[in-house]
Amino acid sequence: MQNQKTETPLLETKGLTKIFGSLRACDEIDLAIAPGEIHALLGENGAGKSTLVKMLFGVLDPSGGEILWKGKPVSIGSPGEARATGVGMVFQHFSLFEALTVAENIALALDGNVAIDRISEEARRLSLEYGLPLDPSAHVADLSVGERQRIEIVRALLQNPELIILDEPTSVLTPQEADKLFETLAKLKAEGRSVLYISHRLEEVQRICDRATVLRHGKVTGACDPRQETPSSLARMMVGGEVAEISGAGLGEPGEMLVEIRKLSAPSRTPFAVALKDIELSVRAGEVVAIAGVAGNGQSELFDVLSGEDQVGDAEAILIRGKPVGRMGITDRRLIGCGFVPEERHGHAAVTEMPLTANLVLSRHTSDRSAFLSGGPLGLINTDAVAKACKRICEIMDVRKSGDDPAAGSLSGGNLQKFIVGRELDRQPVVLVVNQPTWGVDAGAASRIRQALIDLAKAGSAVVVISQDLDEVFEIASRIAVINEGHLSAAEPASTMTRERIGLLMGGFHDGSGHAEVEAAHAH
Amino acid sequence: MRIELKKRENMSSLFSILSPFIALGLTLIAGVILFVSLGKDPVSALYSFFIEPLTEVWSLHELAIKAAPLILIAVGLSVCYRSNNWNIGAEGQFIIGAMAGSILPVVFHGWESPLMLPLMMIFGMIGGALYAAIPAFLKARLNTNEILTSLMLVYIAQLLLDWTVRGPWRNPEGFNFPETRNFADNAVLPRIIETGKTHWGFGFALIAAIVLWFVMRRMLKGFEISVLGQSARAGRFAGFSDKKMVYFAFLVSGALAGLAGISEVSGAIGQLRPVISPGYGFTAIIVAFLGRLNPLGIVAAGLILALTYLGGEAAQISIGITDKVTRLFQGLLLFFVLGCDTLIHYRIRLVFGAAHKGSAA
Repeated sequence: MQNQKTETPLLETKGLTKIFGSLRACDEIDLAIAPGEIHALLGENGAGKSTLVKMLFGVLDPSGGEILWKGKPVSIGSPGEARATGVGMVFQHFSLFEALTVAENIALALDGNVAIDRISEEARRLSLEYGLPLDPSAHVADLSVGERQRIEIVRALLQNPELIILDEPTSVLTPQEADKLFETLAKLKAEGRSVLYISHRLEEVQRICDRATVLRHGKVTGACDPRQETPSSLARMMVGGEVAEISGAGLGEPGEMLVEIRKLSAPSRTPFAVALKDIELSVRAGEVVAIAGVAGNGQSELFDVLSGEDQVGDAEAILIRGKPVGRMGITDRRLIGCGFVPEERHGHAAVTEMPLTANLVLSRHTSDRSAFLSGGPLGLINTDAVAKACKRICEIMDVRKSGDDPAAGSLSGGNLQKFIVGRELDRQPVVLVVNQPTWGVDAGAASRIRQALIDLAKAGSAVVVISQDLDEVFEIASRIAVINEGHLSAAEPASTMTRERIGLLMGGFHDGSGHAEVEAAHAH
Repeated sequence: MRIELKKRENMSSLFSILSPFIALGLTLIAGVILFVSLGKDPVSALYSFFIEPLTEVWSLHELAIKAAPLILIAVGLSVCYRSNNWNIGAEGQFIIGAMAGSILPVVFHGWESPLMLPLMMIFGMIGGALYAAIPAFLKARLNTNEILTSLMLVYIAQLLLDWTVRGPWRNPEGFNFPETRNFADNAVLPRIIETGKTHWGFGFALIAAIVLWFVMRRMLKGFEISVLGQSARAGRFAGFSDKKMVYFAFLVSGALAGLAGISEVSGAIGQLRPVISPGYGFTAIIVAFLGRLNPLGIVAAGLILALTYLGGEAAQISIGITDKVTRLFQGLLLFFVLGCDTLIHYRIRLVFGAAHKGSAA
């Protein structure tokens, strides 16, 4: 263990940087992976993990810094070059053709011409050797998610890589499948291969990884031996060490109950969607309740059932202003005073090609029928009234745009988001549900949007904010709940919530606070 | 080397207006090349193809008669295409509309009533709409590809018509010709003006174009059509139902194609025959795109495409080339229209060497 430090690392990055526009997705990353170690890359969504590994695998070009392979600088220009160097990668979302067999899928990914029989044979041998049972002649369509992942792993192993990168491999696996995967990883390690293991699950990382590098906002915030750490110290590195000043946001006493979610469950609609399980939440007038969590844990699914874009069978599962709305569509929910801001601006909250005025009509055609429509059943759009309201919103929210009524897609992310939030606020909604209000938005626009949300709650509305940004959560929330794999933790007052505890809840520790930490720390 | 299409940051609004005209120009140039390689004088060929039909009053009436079904169908198709529903089966809806509208004058021959014509038109619309409801149902319920189903239903309609006019509906006094009875006078769509042959089908086409232009331009329904066509997800957020829109678009376009069918049979042909359309339902697709899916643009485009039908006939007579040249011109025109539209939105980039990065992402 000790001599690992002195050995030349298998792969090392020095000051590796990737810039997208004005965003430094990876900022001077230093990382060293020793031969024969399982190295964890930890971080929240958006911390820069995927960008980093895409550079290592030749999918993205670095904007700066260098990559050293066995001590020598290399440039990895394409996935093919990465494979030739000795790097294999298993992506989070599989790229498999369902109609083809396992062997055919493997053949497609190989560089060069190899007979399919040889591939089958080789794949069978590898799968036996590494405990990844796989039938090369089976059709992918008939296989489980775990088996599909094995194809990707075998595909990577066929190239005999010295470093294998796994991107959130267990996010799609059952616990049993995950255990099998860990056995395989142990075997790879025993052979002297290195593994770069990307995850935000603290428990797993502690269980299988020798070292960990933690990323936050594109920077390395820690490098450690995870087994020497507690889940809470890892979580602190992941979500930021400094415990921010908690602001009660000047909110008064909560008033009447406006949103009540009772035992809300919804099955997943697609293989990649998350099922919602027994969600309970209540929000009163004058409150901002934030739902924190790593992306992909059921946030958009929860938003969709709250907005009515997806409906649940049990009408009583969601009560808004005392009315059962579980089976109500989004228009009817708007009519009882709700406003919604979805996460995706382009193509969900707004139609990119259409002008702002049309995008105003998009969410308010029926709730503001008397102002925006005339002609009774004909439903004529009252362009003057719409243009006036649009101007008002742009002024209040300080939306910077070119021209009077530009296409929504021509606005910058921040300005479009200000418009979309302003569009709902302009109605003074009694209940506002917002998903990732400031995702990808510049700091100025973000603070304006947050202030507007707090002001709305002060005026007596109930605000639900789904957000991955913990700074934001602490800045605006009066109570905080955490969503993890479709479960929602009980909402706790922001004044007693700590980042550490949120990190634990995000990582899947659902039990009582201190107790879980101690237990987890002692488990290893 | 590879050719890539790269989306333009700003597309030129001037060129998006000019695009159909550029396409027309390119079609003419291709026509010149075509005629030259056939050994014909291109100037006189193009003259007899595109100009001659416009020089006489009777042929202007012919033009209106041919344009009527094209415009009616294309206006309906524009609703479909704007809402992202790809109805390719207007030809079949045209035929079934014609057959449904012919039930009264053929089966109930001799029935005298002022309701005759209005009922025929309504039957025609219902027939076309019901036939379009089949691909709509399959798409909304079973998620089948409407391009395939609507197209396949065209051939079923054509064979059904063929069988019907040779079998049950054959004129008992018609010497075994595969035709139905001639429609009685009260079942024939009247002329718009007494001096020319143009019948009310052309009037229906103009009315449909104006009404749908108003719907698309001013009404919430038109907004709903555009939103769902551009982003189904945003449409759901707006509270619009994409499934209902599938039905709406198909029923509207089916009804208009059906109306076109019965108008053509009642106004221009006067009886059902095994073949009642020179491919209006397919040509209307070109009309819809040449008219930029705008109902008023479609009126102009309908007249232009009608001209290719007349020109084909004229060219056959005066310069002795096959009338297949009509189809050829229509195909060229669609090709150039789509090509121009693509180049307005995208620029072409040649890429040399270097594997495509991000292919594994």
